[in-house]
Amino acid sequence: MKKVFDWIDNRTGARKLTQEALYENVPGGARWRYIWGSTLTFTLFIQFVTGIFLWMAYSPGSQSAWASVYYIQHEMTGGWLLRGIHHFTAQAMTILLVLHLMQVVVDGAYKAPREVNFWFGLILLLLVLGLSLTGYLLPWDQKGYWATRVATNIAAITPIIGPSLQKLIVGGSDYGHHTLTRFFALHAGVLPAMIIALLVGHIYLFRKHGITAKKPYRKPDAAFWPDQVLKDAVACMAVLAAILFFVLRYRGAELAAPADGSEPYSAARPEWYFLFLFQFLKYFPGGTEIWGAIVIPTVLVIIVFAMPFIGNWKLGHRFNIGFLIAVMGGAGLLTYLAYAEDGKNPSFALAVKEAHRDAARVKILAQAPSGIPDSGAATLLRNDALTQGPKLFAKNCATCHRYDGHDGTGLLVADPSSGPDLKGFASREWIAGLMDPEKISTPHYYGGTKFENGKMARFVKKSVAEFSPEEREQLHKVILALSAEANLKSQAEVDKRDIKLIEEGRTLMANETMRCAECHKFHQYEDEPNGPDLTGYGSRDWLIQIIANPAHERFYGDRNDRMPAFADEGIMTAREIEMIAEWMRGEWYEPESASGAQ
Amino acid sequence: MCAAHNPENSDKPTRRNFFKEGLCIAIGTTISIVPFAAGLAVYLDPLRKKTAAPGDPIRVASLTSLPEDGIPRKFAVLADRSDAWNKYPNVPVGAVYLRRREGKIEALHSVCPHAGCFIDYAPERNSFLCPCHNSTFALDGSINDPKSPSPRGMDPLEVEIRGNDVYVDFKNFRAGIHDRIPEA
Repeated sequence: MKKVFDWIDNRTGARKLTQEALYENVPGGARWRYIWGSTLTFTLFIQFVTGIFLWMAYSPGSQSAWASVYYIQHEMTGGWLLRGIHHFTAQAMTILLVLHLMQVVVDGAYKAPREVNFWFGLILLLLVLGLSLTGYLLPWDQKGYWATRVATNIAAITPIIGPSLQKLIVGGSDYGHHTLTRFFALHAGVLPAMIIALLVGHIYLFRKHGITAKKPYRKPDAAFWPDQVLKDAVACMAVLAAILFFVLRYRGAELAAPADGSEPYSAARPEWYFLFLFQFLKYFPGGTEIWGAIVIPTVLVIIVFAMPFIGNWKLGHRFNIGFLIAVMGGAGLLTYLAYAEDGKNPSFALAVKEAHRDAARVKILAQAPSGIPDSGAATLLRNDALTQGPKLFAKNCATCHRYDGHDGTGLLVADPSSGPDLKGFASREWIAGLMDPEKISTPHYYGGTKFENGKMARFVKKSVAEFSPEEREQLHKVILALSAEANLKSQAEVDKRDIKLIEEGRTLMANETMRCAECHKFHQYEDEPNGPDLTGYGSRDWLIQIIANPAHERFYGDRNDRMPAFADEGIMTAREIEMIAEWMRGEWYEPESASGAQ
Repeated sequence: MCAAHNPENSDKPTRRNFFKEGLCIAIGTTISIVPFAAGLAVYLDPLRKKTAAPGDPIRVASLTSLPEDGIPRKFAVLADRSDAWNKYPNVPVGAVYLRRREGKIEALHSVCPHAGCFIDYAPERNSFLCPCHNSTFALDGSINDPKSPSPRGMDPLEVEIRGNDVYVDFKNFRAGIHDRIPEA
């Protein structure tokens, strides 16, 4: 064994190198305050290892990036852990960078002859922030997408070169494949390579000038190995423990809904350590953003770079410490204000809730047997009735109609409704309400419409109101029969159970007491219809058709109230109408196991 | 540049140093393993995922599209394919050669059992020829040249006729070995 080591040493000089590395003198002995550099090197090591493994499963491209990250997170064994470690280590690095900088400045380690090494360190700090900025986009989720749009738009306000600079960063005038390929090349190639080169220089210069020992020395000098190494190792272990704690607590890194430039994302915020810049920008009125986004931050960074020279001045060292504390305090205050403002803002809380809902929903859709379509994961939510139905309802229907009293998305509408509340439309309860003399002319049904005192309302308020108990029994069967036409998922079981009553109800609809067929067409019964066709009432097709054109012969004809022909007038696409109809009927994709319980 | 062994340091009891050194190595190893372990778990994921079980026989052609001349013809095999997060319904997943022989239909896998290249049918010599390493096969798929690099003949597939349709029980076999073992 010794021979092998001798041979290696003879050819490489490894022994001397190791000796130098391990037995570096630490004046005054090992101390906890020297650990920051080592913890940073360790976190960087974690990022390289986890980053390369993530790289093996990541696919940059606007259709595949989110899907590949989803796949890492939810389908690959240990993927959530790997991604979680990478995500939280990035945050730990930012904290450690600040602590390292503080320690260097407080201990005066930036002073001659260590100026160059100080600058190396500052450049490393900026490069690591660059890693955060580029890495944030890579999952191509709403969070990263919108944050990056803000960041690159800030780059665009740089004088003269701004617009070109933005185009180069984004890889074109719009965000897409080349934004990802460029960010990924920076994140996994250019920046890490620069960091390695600078880190080698940083450590070389650190060894060249030796540690800046804090006086007074409390202990005799000691070698780096093993005393200081042990302290460093324990510190690294603590850092790792903290990272793992957060990974486990949050079950890995968040993955928001897939990026969609057409879908608003009011929950967009940068990563917490950039929040102070985000908050800072709020104080600059239109046209002066450049001061908050570029000029002031650049001046602050230049002052930090100039610290070695400022430090030569009599009070310079004190100024440097004071300056750093002021900047950190300012950043801390701005971060606090950013959180405080968001905390007081109910619409931000709502936006966050929606973001979480979409993220959870798209995960369910991605796990569906059909998988993620070629066109990318954003299509999943765009075509999902549960996600789009309420929004489409709020936009197109809620001017007149309500859904359980609100606009579909849960917001209350100031104006009174002037069309029926469509929650549970065509269900037994809904129809029973319509047939209730007390209810039919209320805003929940025909109140505020042309039909408020129309034929139907008059029939209900006069005839139905005077129904005998026997007739009420018949009406009940008619309601069951009519509601069964809708074939609602929520009534599948009761419809099956009451099949006999429903059969009776169907025949009763032509009955002279019930009088449905006097105005309405219903299967074979065909008088001169002057009310909507009740065949398939509330079914998917019936709903789609009536939304498409309520003034069609089959529905209200020329007696139609104000409802537009949503398809024929080009207000909504066919798919949008389908999604409203499916959502109203409670028809959307549910995974197998959950649908049974519903 | 670097201070030599500090005399004071070497005076310390070596047992204490040994303990510290051991602790350093133990902690260092443990914390370095964590990112590797998480990464390896993900990297080894494919070993844990089972290859999709071979499905039912797939319709590849209609009987009428197969002439009586005994010459093999190539047909694409369409099936559902899943590629990580994407699922593609009814896309080409391979190809088979079909030919009529004495009133029966024979199906051969188009992939060479040697190294997995796509075998050509060479009409001028009326046999199969793999363009990669020149394995040649007779029309029935058997090796017709002792110098052929392929360890076995072309892989036959089970054929089923349902009405006018030719169904093939399509599966892939491991390449490079003498035995015919379906891929799992």
